This record gives sequence, structure tokens and C-alpha cells, in this order.
Amino acid sequence: MLLIYCPYCQVERAETEFACRGEAHIARPADPSQTTDEEWVEFLYMRDNTKGIAAERWRHIHGCGRFFNAVRDTVSDNFLKFYKAGEPKPDLEALAKEAGK
Amino acid sequence: MSELLASDLITPDAGETPLLSLPSISILKAAPLTRLSLRCREAAQKDAGAAFGAELPLSPLSNSTAAKRAALWMGPDEWTLLAPEDDLRTVFDGIEEKLSAQPHALVDISDRSEAVIVSGDKAVWLLNTGIFIDFSLELFPVGTVTRTLFHKAPVMIWRTGPDTFVVEAWVSFMEYVAGLLVQSAGELEAA
Repeated sequence: MLLIYCPYCQVERAETEFACRGEAHIARPADPSQTTDEEWVEFLYMRDNTKGIAAERWRHIHGCGRFFNAVRDTVSDNFLKFYKAGEPKPDLEALAKEAGK
Repeated sequence: MSELLASDLITPDAGETPLLSLPSISILKAAPLTRLSLRCREAAQKDAGAAFGAELPLSPLSNSTAAKRAALWMGPDEWTLLAPEDDLRTVFDGIEEKLSAQPHALVDISDRSEAVIVSGDKAVWLLNTGIFIDFSLELFPVGTVTRTLFHKAPVMIWRTGPDTFVVEAWVSFMEYVAGLLVQSAGELEAA
């Protein structure tokens, strides 16, 4: 089982308390009425499905209930960083280098 | 039980027979309480605490208690407020009045959940039959409160003493939670 750190509760908890909600840092178009169908499809459905280091949205659903972001190596399931929602996307390459990838 | 946290608030329900009573562990149904869910922003926290009678705790997983009042941290902008059953109206109206000018959500959730008091030498062992949390006193000191999962049911755990825990679950899940606790404790009886 994965151990996940919640940046709001500031504790490490078992994976069963959390729900993964897919890729992080996908911004909704500011003015949906101005976007083309293709742009909307891109926003709504298209995901990178990264093999390697990726930022994901997680929710501590059976704890504080808050959303936060985590950087995870999708190959090894190793978490590299946890940070609160709204904080900028970290430099994934730097994190990967730090982790020795 | 006077040395326990909030012992004037969390009391065994006198009318109920104990769910389990062994030398090393007891499970008692807790008497009904006023439970309020409060969500508000930073600006309203001081006023809400003043109106309620106990400060809102700001550090994660912590609690603050006063005479017949307890405020439990649920999230960075969410608290559960506990008071005696009869104080529902006064507490609710008091907070609403004080926060009338500030955005907030105050909801009466008294009847949503029930609580059992699990106490005894084996309390930690028993909770760990269904919860993946290290309950050692260094990592989970007295007063710590958290929501988590007990087997498959969401519960709230509040440590009110070194060997005493309040386990709160939604009314419809309580039979499952209490039932599994009693069943798991059967192992102690056999030994």
C-alpha cells in the first residue's frame, strides 16, 4: 500500500484514505464561449498519461477532504513531492534529477 | 473518568447496556450530543470561537475544549463543534448572530452520527484491527482528532485519554463499526 502525505493534515496516511483525481495543473479556459470545439476537447479529455515523473491531483477524501497535488513516478510509484492546491507546478526535471533518475 | 478530555461532554449513555465489557477493553455507546459543522474563512474564526465558547483550533488534527464545549479540527476551514444536547439552539443561534456579516456555513449534524467510547489497555490494539494509523502516544497524542477509515466505513477518531478513544460513525454505519469492534474483541475473550 502507498503511504501518502497530506500537506493539510501534515501526516502520512495509507492510500485507502485518498482518491487520485488524475493529471494536475489543467487550467479551465478562462472564457469557454470563445474556445473552439477542438480546444475544448483538448481541455476536457486529452491527458499526457506520462510514463515517469508526473504531477497528479489527489484528494484526502477520508481525512480533511481537501484536494492537493503530488509528484509521482508512475513507473515506481515513488512520490517525490506533495504540495497544496494552488501552489505552482514544481520543476519536474529538477525533482527527477534530485531523485537520481 | 474525570482526567479525560471533555469528560463533561462525552459520557456513556446511561440507558444503554455496554456493547462490550471485558477487563482489558470496554465499548460503550455515548450519550447524544449537539454536533455542528462549521466552515468559515480566517476572518471569521475568532468571532466563531468567541460565540461558541471554545477557540477554533488552527493546527491540523487538534482540538480545543472548554466547559461543556469542544471544537475539533476537521480541515483547514472546517470544524466540528460539540456541545450538550440541550444547548443546540443557544449555540447555533449564538454563532449565527455573531457571524451574520461574514460568509460561513453552519449546519446541525447532531443526528448524522453516533459515537462509541472505546477504552481500556487494548483500545489501541482493537482500533488497529481496522485502521491503518500508528496510535502510539508520540505520533497520536491525547487530543488528536482525525477522520479516517475503519475497515470500509468512514469514522472520526478522537483520543480523549491515553487509553480512551471516541469513535464516531454515521448512524447507518454504526452497526457495522460497533459490530466489527465487538467481533474483533472476541479474540481477547478467547485468549
